[in-house]
Amino acid sequence: MPAKSHVQTTINGESIEFLCEPRQSLLECLRDIVGLTGSKEGCNDGNCGACTVVLDGRIVPSCLVLGVEAEGQQITTIEAVAAGSHLHPIQQAFLEDAALQCGICTPGFIVAAKALLDKESNPSEERIRLWLANNLCRCTGYDKIIRAVRHAATKMQQEQT
Amino acid sequence: MSQPDYEPNVVLSTTEFDVVGTRPIRHDGADKVTGRALYGADFTMAGLIHGAILRSPHAHARIKSIDTSKAEALAGVKAVVTAQDLADPGDQTVDLGEGVTRLAYILANVLARDKVLYKGHAIAGVAATSLHVAEEAAQLIEVDYELLSPVLTAPAAMEADAPLLHENMKGKELGEEADRPSNVADHFRHSLGDIDKGFAEADLVVEREYNTASVHQGYIEPHNATVLWNNDGRVLIWCSTQGSFVVRDTTACILGIPQSQVKVTPMEIGGGFGGKIPVYLEPVAALLSKKTGKPVKILMSRQDVFESSGPTPGSHMKVKMGVTNDGKITAAQAYLAYEAGAYPGAMVVPGAMCVFAAYDIENVVVDGYDVVVNKPSTAAYRAPGATNAAFATETVVDEIIEKLGIDPLEFRLKNAAKEGTRRADGPKYPRIGCVEVLEAMKNHPHYKAPIEGPNRGRGVSIGFWFNVGMQSSCNISVNANGTVNLVEGSTDIGGTRAAVAMQAAEVLGLAAEDVQPTVVDTDSVGYTAVTGGSRVAFATGLAAYEAAQDVKRQMIERAARIWEADAENIEFRKGVFHHNNGSSDQMTFSELAEQLGSTGGPVIGRAAVNPPGVGGSFAGVITDVEVDPETGKVTILRFTSVQDAGKAIHPSYVEGQMQGGSVQGIGWALNEEYFMSDDGVMENSSWLDYRMPTSLDLPMIDTVIVEVPNPGHPFGARGVGEASIIPPPAALANAIYRAAGVRMNRLPMNPGAVMQAVWDEQDN
Repeated sequence: MPAKSHVQTTINGESIEFLCEPRQSLLECLRDIVGLTGSKEGCNDGNCGACTVVLDGRIVPSCLVLGVEAEGQQITTIEAVAAGSHLHPIQQAFLEDAALQCGICTPGFIVAAKALLDKESNPSEERIRLWLANNLCRCTGYDKIIRAVRHAATKMQQEQT
Repeated sequence: MSQPDYEPNVVLSTTEFDVVGTRPIRHDGADKVTGRALYGADFTMAGLIHGAILRSPHAHARIKSIDTSKAEALAGVKAVVTAQDLADPGDQTVDLGEGVTRLAYILANVLARDKVLYKGHAIAGVAATSLHVAEEAAQLIEVDYELLSPVLTAPAAMEADAPLLHENMKGKELGEEADRPSNVADHFRHSLGDIDKGFAEADLVVEREYNTASVHQGYIEPHNATVLWNNDGRVLIWCSTQGSFVVRDTTACILGIPQSQVKVTPMEIGGGFGGKIPVYLEPVAALLSKKTGKPVKILMSRQDVFESSGPTPGSHMKVKMGVTNDGKITAAQAYLAYEAGAYPGAMVVPGAMCVFAAYDIENVVVDGYDVVVNKPSTAAYRAPGATNAAFATETVVDEIIEKLGIDPLEFRLKNAAKEGTRRADGPKYPRIGCVEVLEAMKNHPHYKAPIEGPNRGRGVSIGFWFNVGMQSSCNISVNANGTVNLVEGSTDIGGTRAAVAMQAAEVLGLAAEDVQPTVVDTDSVGYTAVTGGSRVAFATGLAAYEAAQDVKRQMIERAARIWEADAENIEFRKGVFHHNNGSSDQMTFSELAEQLGSTGGPVIGRAAVNPPGVGGSFAGVITDVEVDPETGKVTILRFTSVQDAGKAIHPSYVEGQMQGGSVQGIGWALNEEYFMSDDGVMENSSWLDYRMPTSLDLPMIDTVIVEVPNPGHPFGARGVGEASIIPPPAALANAIYRAAGVRMNRLPMNPGAVMQAVWDEQDN
């Protein structure tokens, strides 16, 4: 068994230290070492987006990042999207618009969609489809997900004015 | 999203209720949007160790020997198991809810005994202190193989000199045992009327041949299982499954222990579509746990999921239909040869039930062949078998329509199945909604809109799924504040907790959120069959309805005690108990609930059902496509899914089923395929190469929910989960024909296949 590396990082605003093998992915570290199981493994090769997290301001599939690469970074996962007991407007829209069925892809979609709405307040359907194209959903056919993101964008705009 | 000038999601409602038909937020929603919901892979416990499976690199080989010594010697390895750790089942047969099958097949698919029958076939399990060590150890197991030639398609496997997967398997030939072994496990026939007379009466006969590729269910969550063989002898299982009782019974059967000794706790499940009915990992993890005394967790990789679970059958089909010049179908004949994969059980039986199910035809013959091939053992996939069959039938129908110059929906309406129509496999239809679905399609703005521009075309299609009932159990306990807790055994894949709870709420005059549904383990609720066959909202919903009626009866007795009245004189309306004695005595549900403790103790309603009144569902599709003449790529411009829900319990989730099924049908039609090498290796076993539809590949999926109430359900519900996947491939093929002038006779209709068809057409 290879020697473990010490990693010092920031996850969801908290300073976190962990030990991991060099071959362990960030997804594995989040789930099995840090205990944040909201990020899901669907493929472990970057094709499904169920493990999407924000790393240094960019959305990435955490299965394609090594745990040791988290050193000194800022990571945000699905667990920090809600503000305490208050759901984020995207989460609320997913519920109201029935934008999830089995729910396994939902954390990845919400992390990715939030990153979009953090940058762009009024994305078009086409823009949302392009942005979410690395997140696979097998249950919904995406229709209600697209509607929920549009719905959330509208609500967030209204809240700001 | 530009605002369309029509309503994209319509419910053609026929009956109204207080809760049923509304759109409350699902009870498990908050956990699923925050990442808190615990799926199978999220489960952990003290002392957990990790398992890995050694899988065959060959599609067909005899196992001469297995040497596990090097694996066992690796630091961190705790145990290794092979088929030798399971009792030899001999010729035993079992019925685990999916029909009678040989126990040997189930065991051998879990751990291969003397032969491997597909690339990815499980051979051994290893448990170690970490997943990576377990994976390394699995690769240290040495297997000596005698390589055999694989057969990969039904036609190849049916040839007289084809290599045999099961050397002693004499299949059934029209009900009798065949006289010699072959790869055909079953050949059956359904007949109706006089097929020769029917074709003789026809003015036009069209016969076409089709091939469809194996496709995978494609659920995002891989299979997983954690098992503890506890010191008291009980086997405790935490896994993601469509049927916790199927896992319990199958595992108990394989391990040779009583069902009561196995407890399955179903975790949240990340999709199934039929593929999470079979048991793969649980018995292996159980054996490893028995050897080590520790809980063992095994996860499949995505490659494992493709190579070792599912898929749905590839098929070779011929369909022949005869019509009169005025558009009446006189005869229809189908030949359906489906690939079962390694063990018998291709979904050709339901395929044969559904192949002509949308039509009222006097003279029919359907021949079905269940053929084993060297691919993974197939599993159900959403309306299993029906999508293949409808692709053939509905494209033949389109060719007939074109030749006769009749409107596609008028032709289907003229021949539509209705109440009293007999299907070739036997049953006469009860009240069904085939005509209503076709009418709704005809009246939809999409069908009336002109289609303009070069290389564009519109196609329609219809499909039928019979749905199932099967056993379900439900308990409801009343809380002192007038809310209730509901426990059920149906794992919730698409919002069924809400759909089940809403039916109890309707009976009890409560709001949906006042009924708290929980999916519990196999110790805590009565037997409940799989989440499959579009049955949960119907059958478990019916169990909830009956359990709520039981609560109501008991509550009326309590009111009678308080009022010193006869129970017959007490009525329950809209959440209020009324004393019909001329007095103004009345109590709300919660006022009475508060007094349960002082009037005899808690009230628990219970019900266990196996409902006969299943309502089949028809679904139709209208779609417009554009075909790129340079590349053959098909772009879907517009897509409308229409389906009879009987009564939509929660319309948003019914729409979700229609949209999701539609898009799976689109993927099956246009992209998805097991791309096999000649030696039986799947060459595209990742989502990069097995390309499921992404958000960028699709338009919005418009829906029309038609409601033709099912007389077999108190609110009229029909199962809605499956029918929507059936029509898309044929509708797209018919649209491609209108756009590019080529009749597609294979799935998938990917750019290469479309271009090939265009070039073949130009050569002719």
